[in-house]
Amino acid sequence: MLKKLLGTAAVVLTLSAMPALAEMKVGSIVELSGAGAAAGTNFRDGVKMGFDEINEQGGILGEQVQILEYDTQTDPQVSRAMVQKAIDEGVYIITGTVFSSSTVVNMLVAKQNGIPQLTGSEAPSITNMNNPYIFRTAFGSQMGIPKMTKYMADEMDVKKVAVLWANTEFGKGGYSAFKDEIGNYDIEIVADVPTEQAQTDFSADVLRLKNSGADAAFIYLTEEESARFLREAQKQGLDLPLIGETTLIGHKVIELAGDAANGAMGHVGLTPDANIPEMTEMVERFKARFKYTPDHNAIKGYTAAWFVKYATELVGSPDSEAIAEKMRGLTLTAADHPGILMDVSWDETGEMHRESFFVEVENGKQVVKAILPAN
Amino acid sequence: MAELLQLIVSGLAAGSIYALAAVGFTLLWQASQTINFAQGEFVMLPAFFVLIGMTVLGLPLWPSVLFALILSLLILGVMFKKLVVEPMMPHGTLPLVIATIALGILMKESVKEFYGATAQPFPAIFPQSVYNLAGVSISVQDICNLIVSMLAIGGLQLFLSRTRTGRSMQATAQNPNVAEILGVNVKRMVLYTFLINAALATIASVLISPIYLAKFSNGETLGLVAFIAAIVGGFNQIRGALVGGLLIGVIDNLSAVYISAQYRMAMPLILLIAIILVRPQGLLGTSEGRTV
Repeated sequence: MLKKLLGTAAVVLTLSAMPALAEMKVGSIVELSGAGAAAGTNFRDGVKMGFDEINEQGGILGEQVQILEYDTQTDPQVSRAMVQKAIDEGVYIITGTVFSSSTVVNMLVAKQNGIPQLTGSEAPSITNMNNPYIFRTAFGSQMGIPKMTKYMADEMDVKKVAVLWANTEFGKGGYSAFKDEIGNYDIEIVADVPTEQAQTDFSADVLRLKNSGADAAFIYLTEEESARFLREAQKQGLDLPLIGETTLIGHKVIELAGDAANGAMGHVGLTPDANIPEMTEMVERFKARFKYTPDHNAIKGYTAAWFVKYATELVGSPDSEAIAEKMRGLTLTAADHPGILMDVSWDETGEMHRESFFVEVENGKQVVKAILPAN
Repeated sequence: MAELLQLIVSGLAAGSIYALAAVGFTLLWQASQTINFAQGEFVMLPAFFVLIGMTVLGLPLWPSVLFALILSLLILGVMFKKLVVEPMMPHGTLPLVIATIALGILMKESVKEFYGATAQPFPAIFPQSVYNLAGVSISVQDICNLIVSMLAIGGLQLFLSRTRTGRSMQATAQNPNVAEILGVNVKRMVLYTFLINAALATIASVLISPIYLAKFSNGETLGLVAFIAAIVGGFNQIRGALVGGLLIGVIDNLSAVYISAQYRMAMPLILLIAIILVRPQGLLGTSEGRTV
């Protein structure tokens, strides 16, 4: 009997002496395969690096963070199932997805379960759906496109524009935001060219831009398609200024398109080449760890991890409902919150506000031409 | 007019690469009644062999292409025949078709696992210069792609019709039993067909990857387009596959500009349905008799 009691006590003591299992479970749900793999892999690696650094510095509220990773295969229905799976496995907050077509579907699952979601998506519709649990890690295209359009009209004197856009949720968002915005600047669309997701042959599309008589072309495609487009544009000697968003001039695009990316320009919310010491250091650490140059999606993922930390610590517990409430209207300054890299605010819809950049690709690098104020 | 010419030139360049893959379909069908639904992946894979040669082995581009060709001949030629086609052949065409679908998935997932899911830059094989002729931008890359594809297919035609081995292959395709009685080494001829298919896939891969970028999923589109091209042209004629490939390349470009960019993917399928209804054996196919 005594032996049994001693044995039981020993087991209890052993169990209580073991470190507590991680309770801070975060779902990292991104596109690791399919058309969105370039963006998703960057975002996932950024999230991983961010939480690893947070864990090294003591975690969140003294607890280590456990990342649960899920691949959406760039399929909206799979992404929906993955969000549900993550929630069933006990995550209190979600990072991802990056592709807007997936986010508009899976954010409803997170909303139903009251789980905050930090998305890398940029389609305007995402923050227009009265979802109090969705927060951006980079601002929506409706925020960036006005800045870019103003630059096109004021600095480049563009009057006629050709538009090449992806016929997806992401593309439609950017396209309609651009179409709305050019009305303010007397810019006319002279060629309107929709493309399909994962399109490989852009020869006909480039020709349409070439014969459009436009002063410049607005390109709104995802990364891999942008790279294929740029290669084809170079092949056909297209000499229009090519202007776009981060997906035209991101580092993955530059790597894939090579020389063909030179001369492309556009607006980026985040760039590793911005002259911000914290960001430069983050990029160097990322390169040393993952052996490739991060793009804006990696920075989104990295900052998302730190947003999770600060929002959770402001609330004082991994209370999903309270965190979502706290983040609406929240402002975090880079000086007081290491890891977030730049000052940032979210409004009541989860939309993000912060400074951004207009860059041009020169010799395979983004060169910042202007810093654009927050709007 | 310049626009039309430009579209035709670009379409022919892309179509000639589709034709290389389509010829592979025709060859394997003729030689062994194999409908290879992994044909798209056969075109996708050699690009990664080239990248392995360049990045892992540190070889320059052309030695890497040679390395890819050797690996393709071994894996997509010899091993495909020995490990997939020969064991499945006695069970009929359908199990073999399913086996090739499975093989395609295995190849795609393996590349994704070992090389990553994201697209990889692939070096340009030809100069990137562009010439302007009568308002048409002629890219050296397009012209070279067209020439190389045509030379490969023309060379194959000559090989099959002018050499003893080629005629033995044709005899094997027409009637293997009679060919064997006449002293043709049927097994060897069938193996040659698989090796030629692997070589054509390697050429197509090296030509198309600078444009498509090297990605594990490239075979999905290529396989479908090549299959349609082979049926449109005539599944039992090499020249049919050639015509089918070129036609689809041009129609795809023309429909994107003159009909609808949104429905461009549908146009080859509409063409396929129309051909099957009007001329089931394909544009240049024959309704019976098989010749390589």
